[in-house]
Amino acid sequence: MSAASRFAAAVALSLTFAAAASAATSGWPLQEAGTDVSNLASLQRGARNFVNYCLGCHSAKYMRYSQLAEDLALTEEDLRASLMFTGTRIYDTMDSAMSAEQGRLWFGNAPPDLSLIARSRGPDYIFTFLRSFYEDATRPTGVNNAVLPGSAMPHVLAPLQGLQQPRFETTTGADGKQTQHLVALEPGSVPGDLPAAAFDSFVRDTVAFLEYVSEPSKARRQALGVWVILFLLMFTTFAWFLYKEYWKDVK
Amino acid sequence: MASHEAPAGTGKLEALGVWVNARFPMKKMWDEHAAQYYAPKNFNFWYYFGSLAMFVLALQIVTGIFLTMSYKPSATEAFGSVEYIMRDVEWGWLLRYLHSTGASAFFIVVYLHMFRALLYGSHRKPRELIWIFGVLIYLALMAEAFFGYLLPWGNMSYWGAQVIVSLFGSFPVIGEGLVEWIRGDYFISDITLNRFFALHVVALPLVLIFLVVAHLLALHEVGSNNPDGIEIKKTKGPDGHPVDGIPFHPYYTVKDLFGLGVFLVLFAAVVFFAPEMGGLFLEAPNFEPANPLLTPAHIAPVWYFTPFYAMLRAVPAFAGTQVWGVLVMFAAIAVLFFVPWLDRSPVRSIRYRGPIYKFALMLFAANFIMLGYCGLMPPAEPFKTLSVIGTIYYFIFFLAMPWYTRMEKTRPEPARVTK
Repeated sequence: MSAASRFAAAVALSLTFAAAASAATSGWPLQEAGTDVSNLASLQRGARNFVNYCLGCHSAKYMRYSQLAEDLALTEEDLRASLMFTGTRIYDTMDSAMSAEQGRLWFGNAPPDLSLIARSRGPDYIFTFLRSFYEDATRPTGVNNAVLPGSAMPHVLAPLQGLQQPRFETTTGADGKQTQHLVALEPGSVPGDLPAAAFDSFVRDTVAFLEYVSEPSKARRQALGVWVILFLLMFTTFAWFLYKEYWKDVK
Repeated sequence: MASHEAPAGTGKLEALGVWVNARFPMKKMWDEHAAQYYAPKNFNFWYYFGSLAMFVLALQIVTGIFLTMSYKPSATEAFGSVEYIMRDVEWGWLLRYLHSTGASAFFIVVYLHMFRALLYGSHRKPRELIWIFGVLIYLALMAEAFFGYLLPWGNMSYWGAQVIVSLFGSFPVIGEGLVEWIRGDYFISDITLNRFFALHVVALPLVLIFLVVAHLLALHEVGSNNPDGIEIKKTKGPDGHPVDGIPFHPYYTVKDLFGLGVFLVLFAAVVFFAPEMGGLFLEAPNFEPANPLLTPAHIAPVWYFTPFYAMLRAVPAFAGTQVWGVLVMFAAIAVLFFVPWLDRSPVRSIRYRGPIYKFALMLFAANFIMLGYCGLMPPAEPFKTLSVIGTIYYFIFFLAMPWYTRMEKTRPEPARVTK
């Protein structure tokens, strides 16, 4: 392949992916996550959810337990009692018990690291993704996902949410071809342990925790920013008076 | 010289100053470029951006030095080292956000600085070389930004570099070899990352500093232009200094200090509250590590390149090659070098020009922003058509300049600067 055609291919490829990606994400409307990263209780519950339901397969390899303890107002004992695996040290990062190789073997894809998922995909995406699994017997995991069709991820939260059922609508195109569209997800016959509202807040806490993990310094950054800007406003005011004083004699 | 002898009764510091000045032109340089550099007294809002650009350059160099201390230029470690800076390095997140926001701020102040030149004719004789050094700075800045953008080794870094480097492949005959030579490999790899790192932290900063010095020396040789576009040197007082001139220091140093304060308030607002700037300064796909097998949904360069990217895409493939778009994009930069000679108006400042130039320049600014917006969007309608129209106008503005600036009736310039 010549370089020119490679360039053309790269552009064409990007266009194709643009079309595919928009079909995958905009086809299913994202719901607002409504997370509050400044709510410490929510973050603590999210940390518990993450360790219990996600960390088995997904790592957060840039996140240290020690940082977690500091930011979430937890003691080392709290961490050891409920968040850390045996043998993990406080300065370790949140690594998964499952290796990438095992992930590839068992799911066909290594489960992605979740350190930055809230920054690359956004909280609304994760929130909607986690709530949008539905029963699909054709999939190896028995479920499919409305946000990311064909996702290799099993419905880990099924015991909490229950198994949703898809509702399809069939439309007939101009060429007489019939296509099926997923239009809604409905509660299935097997209910979950949590009522719908409680499940949503469970997911919300988890997403808030992932948001925190994606940028642990965010709260400190914003708190400091207020003081920096107040200082700069004061500095600028003084600079203005200095400027006016010096320029008095410029006619 | 006798004046270098310390008079009796001076302090130790003054004595040291005298000692140094006898051996190094410290005071001479200070006078030439600050205390005795007479600048027009009527600088307005548009004259803040030169000193601000210098400030941002210094900021980028200082934050860059500290980032380099923790960054690892290797395909396996680069992405992780940036997260290490964000999480484990003391104040690392601040350094990184200052540097990433500084990159965008640099282009904002430089674009406003260039617009100022077009407003008041600062590129006109005898300031052609100042303008040419300026365009070279802009070119070096674009290269600097492009090389730096690969370093975080995010997926947008990777694919952005992939697309832009591939542009060179569209040149006939030499294209393929050229691309390989730039990358140092058959694809964007660890080797590419290492050389981009070298260029970003050593080569281009040196070029930039050299060009900024040349830009300033040329400016101080001929003197600053002003919003009236007239020479203040024509009217000198009995002391031999221009009557409408004031020493740069302290008058403009204090004024620029105030300008810097305002700039810093806005800059800090972005750094502390919106460092991603809604995905314009830091893009979401760049929080995923580079992945040669996974193209981001929509590849667009960073906002400051998008006007030129829109021009690139506006030109269709012709005679079996994409090279025309690339040539148009390069021509869009090259044409800037000729502006001092394309502009034939008898006056410099927009204040005394006729309505045609005023309209043409405002439309040019709006058109440039529109092109930038089109470059951010997927290549679909209406952006395709708008890009074509925008590209045509971009070149008309420059290439028709010799006619519309000369034929137009201008107002007489004043003898002295106005308020």
